[in-house]
Amino acid sequence: MALEFRSVTKEFTTGTGQNLVAVNDISFRVNEGEFVSVVGPSGCGKSTILSMTAGLYQPTRGEVFVSDDLVGGPNAHVGFMLQKDLLLPWRDIVSNVEFGLEARGVAKSERRDRAMAELKRCQLSGFENHYPYQLSGGMRQRAALARTLAIKPEIVLLDEPFSALDAQTKLLLQNSFAGTISQTGKTTLLITHDLSEAVLMSDRILVLSERPGTVVAEIKVDLPHREEPLRRRVMPEVSDYAAQIFKHLKLEEKAI
Amino acid sequence: MEAGAGAPAKAAKPAMNTQRNTFLASMALLALVLLAWQFLPPALDVPKFIIPTVTDCLAEMKRMWVQEGLLGHTLSTALYTVLGFAIGSLLGAVIGYLLGMSEFWEKVLSPYILALQIAPKVAFAPLFIMWFGYNSMPKLLVTVLIVFFPVLVNVLQAMRTVDRDLVNLARAYNLSRWGIFLKVEMPSTLPNLMAGLRIASTLAVIGVTVGELVGGNTGLGFLISYGGGQANAAMVFDAIVLLTVIGFLLYTVLVRIEERVLHYLPKAQQ
Ligand SMILES: Nc1ncnc2c1ncn2[C@@H]1O[C@H](COP(=O)(O)OP(=O)(O)OP(=O)(O)O)[C@@H](O)[C@H]1O
Ligand SMILES: [Mg+2]
Repeated sequence: MALEFRSVTKEFTTGTGQNLVAVNDISFRVNEGEFVSVVGPSGCGKSTILSMTAGLYQPTRGEVFVSDDLVGGPNAHVGFMLQKDLLLPWRDIVSNVEFGLEARGVAKSERRDRAMAELKRCQLSGFENHYPYQLSGGMRQRAALARTLAIKPEIVLLDEPFSALDAQTKLLLQNSFAGTISQTGKTTLLITHDLSEAVLMSDRILVLSERPGTVVAEIKVDLPHREEPLRRRVMPEVSDYAAQIFKHLKLEEKAI
Repeated sequence: MEAGAGAPAKAAKPAMNTQRNTFLASMALLALVLLAWQFLPPALDVPKFIIPTVTDCLAEMKRMWVQEGLLGHTLSTALYTVLGFAIGSLLGAVIGYLLGMSEFWEKVLSPYILALQIAPKVAFAPLFIMWFGYNSMPKLLVTVLIVFFPVLVNVLQAMRTVDRDLVNLARAYNLSRWGIFLKVEMPSTLPNLMAGLRIASTLAVIGVTVGELVGGNTGLGFLISYGGGQANAAMVFDAIVLLTVIGFLLYTVLVRIEERVLHYLPKAQQ
């Protein structure tokens, strides 16, 4: 089991001292090498799920297991990536990719080698000495993926990594991420707003309800070419899956 | 990307031209002001002890060099400006970072910081003279005090606005508290620190000058009060010009350092 949530509830104390239940009694499992997407309305606790997996906050109740270890804080199993690339503007690309390795006692020359290998995998060879401001948004996200993969995490967490990009860059980047991820065989949890993105990229989709978020549906995507969303895109089943999620999100009722 | 590499070289020429043009225009303006200064006051019958001409000032400058030990006074002022600036900004930065790391102490101390920031620091000069006597301590203290706050406030402000997600990323990578400070917070706040230092450098000259005006017998500030006492306007003008030069040099050095340190910030294209 790569990732497991056991009856996890997370409450926040708001500024006014009230309790806000972000996610309520969530349980799910992600198998090794599986690509699972989480979709749900804004504010339903998707990013909270990610932060708890990364060990940035503890659940109020319940337990999170990563690679059969109880998550008690930031740990080496998990690499995460957000909508913002979070590259350090004062470091060139290769040093940015090395950033995650520095606190883990990896020797300097090995850091450089691993970073260069990841950059190559993410098609950024030749840009290692550029600074983030010299790269396009899509390239910066690929650099962020290279940094995430450089620490060799067992699980990759992606929080809407494509949502700040234009439609074309998004398609190309989804394709390149999917290729890289299936090549490395990483277990992946993708958080997204984009229903078709979820269908194109995942093996399985978890649909969350409005806040407090709970899992309302689990949809297995039975389509080939997970490693190449551009090929999945032309399949007629894709819109059926999207319609199914749409129904679970009860978007029609809300539109009235 | 490859196509773009040639572009800066082509763009460099017009940029050089505009740079030269602005320089020439600045120089022309300076010449104009100097000419007006030289010829307008005599033409309007303004007496020399009110507004001396440029040549009067230059002659006085030469006299001061020979008779008043101008070089020594200038170097003394420059030394205390740099020293006060260095000590004050170091203290401001260190305390700014410490408070930035402790929300508790920041909250406890912030009203006092605000009060001290508003208090006119130069007004402390007579007090410092009472406490420490007519030596270089009072002017150094005034300078340190005046330099301290803009640096402290800028650093503190920047520490408060460091990207939380960046800090979380560093935490997820198992960086220690100290590691997060060194590798994320400190570099994130550098632009603000540099801006604070730039403001502080202009204030440092004011601090030293006030210190020297109020007490002591060295420095350009002393020459100003001495020249003023003798109704020697040319002497006062000369001292002011030299003080400005000192401040300007310090500021220029800082801008150069800033350009180096913050090279990674995208520059606005002309
Ligand atoms: N640190 C926090 N303190 C207090 N409340 C928080 C905190 N983090 C999140 N919340 C609250 O928890 C709820 C869920 O937030 P979360 O960021 O997980 O939503 P999300 O599903 O990722 O939304 P979006 O799709 O808009 O990104 C929100 O109502 C949010 O206001
Ligand atoms: Mg979110």
